[in-house]
Amino acid sequence: MTRRVVITGIGIRAPGGKGAKEFWSTLTSGRTATRRITFFDPSPYRSQVAAEADFDPVIEGLTAPETDRMDRATQFAVVCAREAVRDSGLELGGLDPYRVGVGLGSAVAAATSLEREYLALSGRGRDWEMDPARLSPHMFDYMAPSVMAAEVAWTVGAEGPVAMVSNGCTSGLDSVGHAVQLIREGSADVMVAGACDTPITPIVVACFDAIKATTPRNDAPEQASRPFDGSRNGFVLAEGAAMFVLEEYDSARRRDAHIYAEVTGYATRSNAFHMTGLKPDGREMAEAIRVALDESRADVTAVDYINAHGSGTKQNDRHETAAFKRSLGQHAYETPVSSIKSMVGHSLGAIGSVEIAASLLAIEHNVVPPTANLHTGDPECDLDYVPLTAREHRVNTVLTVGSGFGGFQSAMVLRSLQEVS
Amino acid sequence: MSAVGAARAAGTGHAPTVARVPGPGAGPYPGTRPVYVTGIGVAAPNGLGLEHYWEAVLAGRSGVVPITRFDTSRYPARLAGQIEDFDASEHLPSRLLPQTDVSTRLALAAADWAIADAGVDPSTTADYDMGVVTSNGCGGFEFTHREFKKLWSVGPQAVSVYESFAWFYAVNTGQISIRNGMRGPSSALVAEQAGGLDALGHAQRTVRRGTPLVVTGGVDSAFDPWGWVSHLSSGRISHATDPEHAYLPFDAAARGYVPGEGGAILVVEDPAAARARGASRVYGEIAGYASTFDPAPEGVRGELPARPGRPPGLRRAAEQALAQAGLAPQDVDVVFADAAGVRDLDRAEATAIRELFGAHRVPVTAPKALIGRLYAGGGPLDVATALLAIRDGVIPASGASADVPADYGIDLVTKGPREARVACALVLARGRWGFNSAVVVREATI
Amino acid sequence: MTNAITMTLDDLHRILAACGGASEDWPAGKDVHDHPFEELGYDSLALMEAAAHIENEYGVQVPDEVIPQLTCPRDVLDLVNGSAARTA
Repeated sequence: MTRRVVITGIGIRAPGGKGAKEFWSTLTSGRTATRRITFFDPSPYRSQVAAEADFDPVIEGLTAPETDRMDRATQFAVVCAREAVRDSGLELGGLDPYRVGVGLGSAVAAATSLEREYLALSGRGRDWEMDPARLSPHMFDYMAPSVMAAEVAWTVGAEGPVAMVSNGCTSGLDSVGHAVQLIREGSADVMVAGACDTPITPIVVACFDAIKATTPRNDAPEQASRPFDGSRNGFVLAEGAAMFVLEEYDSARRRDAHIYAEVTGYATRSNAFHMTGLKPDGREMAEAIRVALDESRADVTAVDYINAHGSGTKQNDRHETAAFKRSLGQHAYETPVSSIKSMVGHSLGAIGSVEIAASLLAIEHNVVPPTANLHTGDPECDLDYVPLTAREHRVNTVLTVGSGFGGFQSAMVLRSLQEVS
Repeated sequence: MSAVGAARAAGTGHAPTVARVPGPGAGPYPGTRPVYVTGIGVAAPNGLGLEHYWEAVLAGRSGVVPITRFDTSRYPARLAGQIEDFDASEHLPSRLLPQTDVSTRLALAAADWAIADAGVDPSTTADYDMGVVTSNGCGGFEFTHREFKKLWSVGPQAVSVYESFAWFYAVNTGQISIRNGMRGPSSALVAEQAGGLDALGHAQRTVRRGTPLVVTGGVDSAFDPWGWVSHLSSGRISHATDPEHAYLPFDAAARGYVPGEGGAILVVEDPAAARARGASRVYGEIAGYASTFDPAPEGVRGELPARPGRPPGLRRAAEQALAQAGLAPQDVDVVFADAAGVRDLDRAEATAIRELFGAHRVPVTAPKALIGRLYAGGGPLDVATALLAIRDGVIPASGASADVPADYGIDLVTKGPREARVACALVLARGRWGFNSAVVVREATI
Repeated sequence: MTNAITMTLDDLHRILAACGGASEDWPAGKDVHDHPFEELGYDSLALMEAAAHIENEYGVQVPDEVIPQLTCPRDVLDLVNGSAARTA
């Protein structure tokens, strides 16, 4: 028997608002959350803007010991996991903990804490040798960050398979895809899955500066993230997290859960080309899309909306546009495509999950979020990118994709239940 | 046409004619379909390369030494399982050197050796038919330490263009994929010491879902001063000064573990695909895999009220892995233990083994006592060692561990290798904070 | 201020080797002024790293938008030496 997997709960913290409601309001208003970096003085950096989240651990209900031991990204994940479980209406106490698992994605994991501890241990970068007197008892867990998945597992009482998936910027899609596979194969009945990253810290800003991947458009932060626009010149770094409750379909139905969508297909491929570079032809992403649609038993024309990776770098947006055309053919021209990174920035490993949340809400509301800041065309990006304003549109089937350093190309198909049955 | 079939039609290489598993469709996939290990590459503190390592293990040669990479005088622990004879420039193109941490160099070399050992020519295999699934516990830590230092002592403009990926946990998967033109489903998993077995388990899943060949395993290294104090902060590192007796898992004198570096990379294949390409040798089958998680520790506030008295999940992982393999405890000829070297943890593992198998009913070994705990590399290296035990009919010993408390009730292999027919081995690994993973390997012929 | 330092092909080779690793694809003793960097074994990241070194060593700014246009050694030498000549 085929085990089907549905999403019944969403928890999200992204720039521009907390929770699904505020998140959706930001997206549909076309507001951008990019600002000049406030977490540290960004003036020595090439890119000085980012999409920061207004996250207050006290307001979020975290205790002092929790805030002390958890990296900021972990805090985001735990808060989102709690919210997702509440949203799902699932009674955790009534579940067999052995049948509950966790899939947590993150690209740079505890980067913020690593940098803080590094400064303390090294005399602010003066020494190669470390001062053991300044050693935090949590340092090991910032280097080897699987504690992040453990914290989520403790939050939801999971004692089944717990995995941390760290595939760079496709982690947010791949962690959920991993969870789907585990439910399908019968290793778990419920998975709390998603991803988090809080990379707005000097070392991460500097490493993207070095390869000129982030935008230097510092004079107008709100216009800095410009996916598919002819004048785009790099992505806007962001932070955020989204966690979901994924369940085996029959049990979700039995408890009369609200079902956002079914995950009908997921696939990932690698470009085996370059750690950061993309070939313009989009071949491997197109293959991931083909396989995800095939697994969904869906024809390409079923796709109502493409939630793009749309990072706003020259090469990504061209690569991705080619991949959509290569996989969907003529239908690529007839389907709205948008990048929410234009509004909430690029939160690295987290963004794939944040984009799944946007896709679920697009299905929920039959509205396609726009691509903000899209004013000027690019001959190589010639699809319908839903510029500037949200669009009412029947959305039953969403294709959401991601592309990451290391060559990862992932695709997921989400379908409303009426569409599937 | 199935997606895989479509990929084949659009293919870029000479595809072997393989009986396909039922597609990557939405259904559960066959839980018992065999997945073979056809190639192994090892980079261990006591031996580079599979046979050098095995020879050292059987001879009881230790790779635990005083750290030479930096001045350890100010730190309370100074011993590590250090690889001393690896010159990356002998194994890798020089263009890869500026962009790789030592852990990635070891992973790339081990992958090369595994692929050569399997007799696979990646350039003649369809690119989507090869995936890469590795585990990484610590990332490219020494590399990133250097870049942190440059950032804070010189400035942002001094940070390397390679930092953005040389550091992150997906780096070994990505670099192995690029070096070998492997474009199939790939992933990177992080679960401290348990993650390496998770990678093997996910590789098994990936093959069963229709990708004929997956390069898998794990490698770690973090022996720069920052990595070293990070190890120390775990509170589980042995402060002993005698290399031979620093890491004594299951011994009454256990006093913590010694961190090591390296690991193993394996080639795993669908048997039909392996046969179709003319593979002549198989080390064994990855017959079962499972992972579980321990109950929340006391004092951690979850969404649920505390549930005291729930047992740790290690035994359950072992049981589930055996069930997946269709085997019972009496089918197991040897257990390769997680072997924390920390008394409470040793006792908990001994209890799980004793309760599952019966007291003294199965040989238990921990050859990692010779090299330390390798984090993501530990599980895959234990699996490699188990496959060699199957091949040669000999169970290696557990380093210098000798004095096992009677109440542990385990038959620890000590004081030299033990000859025994080994048809099936259970490999256990635990990751800090509650990760438990188990892999069952058994003999197989091509 | 006179910038008397002229960059030679050997200088560039040395910088690239330092930034992107020694390349097995750089033919010894051949005039490679017009060989594409990709054929010589250096990708865009190696060039970006080299650009930062060139700025430090030769005091010549290599603007972001110019880097993708540097396709062969001659492009870099013209930029550096031409710029030096102008400065002089």
